[in-house]
Amino acid sequence: MQRHRTRAAILSTIFMGLGQIYNRQFIKGLIFIAAEALAVYYFIQNLGRALWGIVTLGETPSHLEKVKGVSKMVQGDHSIFILIQSLITILVLIIFLAAWYMNIRDAYKIGAEREAGHQANSFKQTVRYIMDYKFAQTFLILPTVGILFFTIMPIIFMIMLAFTNYSAPGHMPPAKLVDWVGFETFRSLLVLKSWSHTFYGVLTWTIIWAVLSTATTYFGGLLVALLVSQQGIRFKGIWRAILIVPYAVPQLISLLLMRNLFNGQFGPINQYLGYFGLDGLPWLTDPFWAKVTVIVVNMWVGIPVSMLLIMGVLTTIPRDMYEAAEVDGASAYQKFRIVTLPMILFSTAPTLIAQFAGNINNFNAIFLLTGGSPVNGDYQYAGSTDLLVTWLYKLTLDQNKYNMASAIGIIIFIIVASFSLYNYRRTKSFKEEDMIQ
Amino acid sequence: MIGRKLGKTVRLTASYIVLVILSIAALYPALWILLASFRPGKSLYSKTFWPEQFTLAHYTELFTSPVYMFGQWYANTLKISIMSMLIGVVLTLLTSYAVSRFRFKARKTALSTILILGMFPGFMSMIAIYLLLKEFHLLDTHLALIIVYAAGAPLGGTFIAKGFLDTIPRSLDEAARIDGASNFGIFARIILPLSRPMITYMALTQFVGPWVDFIFARLILRSKENWTVAVGMWDMVNSQQNTNFTLFSAGAVLIAVPIMILFGFLQRLLVDGLTAGASKG
Repeated sequence: MQRHRTRAAILSTIFMGLGQIYNRQFIKGLIFIAAEALAVYYFIQNLGRALWGIVTLGETPSHLEKVKGVSKMVQGDHSIFILIQSLITILVLIIFLAAWYMNIRDAYKIGAEREAGHQANSFKQTVRYIMDYKFAQTFLILPTVGILFFTIMPIIFMIMLAFTNYSAPGHMPPAKLVDWVGFETFRSLLVLKSWSHTFYGVLTWTIIWAVLSTATTYFGGLLVALLVSQQGIRFKGIWRAILIVPYAVPQLISLLLMRNLFNGQFGPINQYLGYFGLDGLPWLTDPFWAKVTVIVVNMWVGIPVSMLLIMGVLTTIPRDMYEAAEVDGASAYQKFRIVTLPMILFSTAPTLIAQFAGNINNFNAIFLLTGGSPVNGDYQYAGSTDLLVTWLYKLTLDQNKYNMASAIGIIIFIIVASFSLYNYRRTKSFKEEDMIQ
Repeated sequence: MIGRKLGKTVRLTASYIVLVILSIAALYPALWILLASFRPGKSLYSKTFWPEQFTLAHYTELFTSPVYMFGQWYANTLKISIMSMLIGVVLTLLTSYAVSRFRFKARKTALSTILILGMFPGFMSMIAIYLLLKEFHLLDTHLALIIVYAAGAPLGGTFIAKGFLDTIPRSLDEAARIDGASNFGIFARIILPLSRPMITYMALTQFVGPWVDFIFARLILRSKENWTVAVGMWDMVNSQQNTNFTLFSAGAVLIAVPIMILFGFLQRLLVDGLTAGASKG
């Protein structure tokens, strides 16, 4: 007796909702039919063009055409618009196929239920069932759609761009077409002298920057936290409140301000150095000093966060550990080395790695402070303090080298992802999360 | 004994001296920009730290001058940040509640996806979003910015929020379920009230986002009367850095003050939020 389930499944395969109606779930069936009708209408209009578009990226560039003896500019295919429209259509197609599959499975399951002699759920009961047992999935639909269109789709789009030749000046639509070029972009970035020199230079500085900025803010924060929470220091709350002021000032403001404070000609820092009879330093204009400046300023911005974090950890260290150490005759330094430091390192290790990964992508610190300057003549469109991210930004917005920028974005992703995944896999909260409760 | 006491005094004195130096370093830039905003004239350079005269001219200029539509920008920013905060918090809560409380097939996949997506540089998606908004004729509108901020919110906040929700004992849910509460009832009556600190933390971070983001704002908002304060300030500094520094200071103070006040009120929550994120990873 497989009749109901097979029939319902086949009917639903032919047209969404038919199987449900066969199962006597009329409202549900009608909703499904309406959904498919809408989808079919949409795909008839778009799907063919989408498939053509994603393969060819457009065939006719803008060109002059003689119309009644007068040359006229005719709009050609805009490869990039075509690419993104195709991408959207294909995404919708994937969603539709998933819905279709679920509709067949649903018809099959309810058919089976009917064979077993159960009544199919009424519409009211279905709604009830979803609210009780499929609650999480229903809840997640809205955020998922948002993420799908504003995060996943753009990322797929950018990954695709890395395999095209979309860049100024040669291949800018609408005047010219864009084509698929495979790994050509990566090859020029990594091997071709003119690009690879810049790439490895910027990459080296990015890693130096990430290591130094993470280390300075972390250990700086550790020192300040220990200083404030020492025994015998009074007004701890006030000190803490003063010291987190840099964290409360929005980075946009504080970094733009720092750019002025460190101004070589008029800035107050050099002015004060002048009072001591010292020559001012070229804080932002000399390649070496600019690097020093960004790290120092980043300490000012970043230490308060680490300080707050470590202060929080300090309060969670059990007192009896110190008492035990005292009984064994440990000196203050030994107590710090054997109890405090391991405890702090242990509980902040994930944050430390996350900060390292974050600093690789620390756009604000560089872009607002130096803008990547001072200019480096040997580099392609990059300055001495440019990180990979700020270089990516410049290549995109100022130079329109979209394919290069996308390739760099993918490389940044690979670097950051490897650190974060390592970090994530060893965090307890993921492995043992069900053991907490 | 005396040696030990002396040692302690020396140690404390040294610590206080260091603390005072650090405090000056922490406060100086903020104080300096505040004073600069009251200083007559326009230049970055000033002979003395404390201005010889105080003036409110820069503040009035910000709001009255036709070149700087600061009042308009301020209103825009408020509107955008409140709207995107509300939607963003709701979306984040929905996501984190679902992944914290329910066990379903795609759950681990959803968590890993959120994690991996967070690793792409945000503005890598810039161009695609620009084109997408152009498709829907949403460029240069505030709605576009609100959608972009709110849609991105669950990516940043879900893990922290989930970590917090995991600490609310599940026995509470079960007790309520026995009393006949629906999933929605549990969410509204148990989870929401208990996670108030976390919601406040999330709301604050998502409110501040639009105040300081100029990357997307600059990309999407083209006409001057639609700008947010961040775009306005960025433009001011970039187009005329040294010529009108005091005006920039006044604007900076106006942006920073509300946010600093919020931080002051919510200091404790921030500490909790940060440490919750830390121990949970």
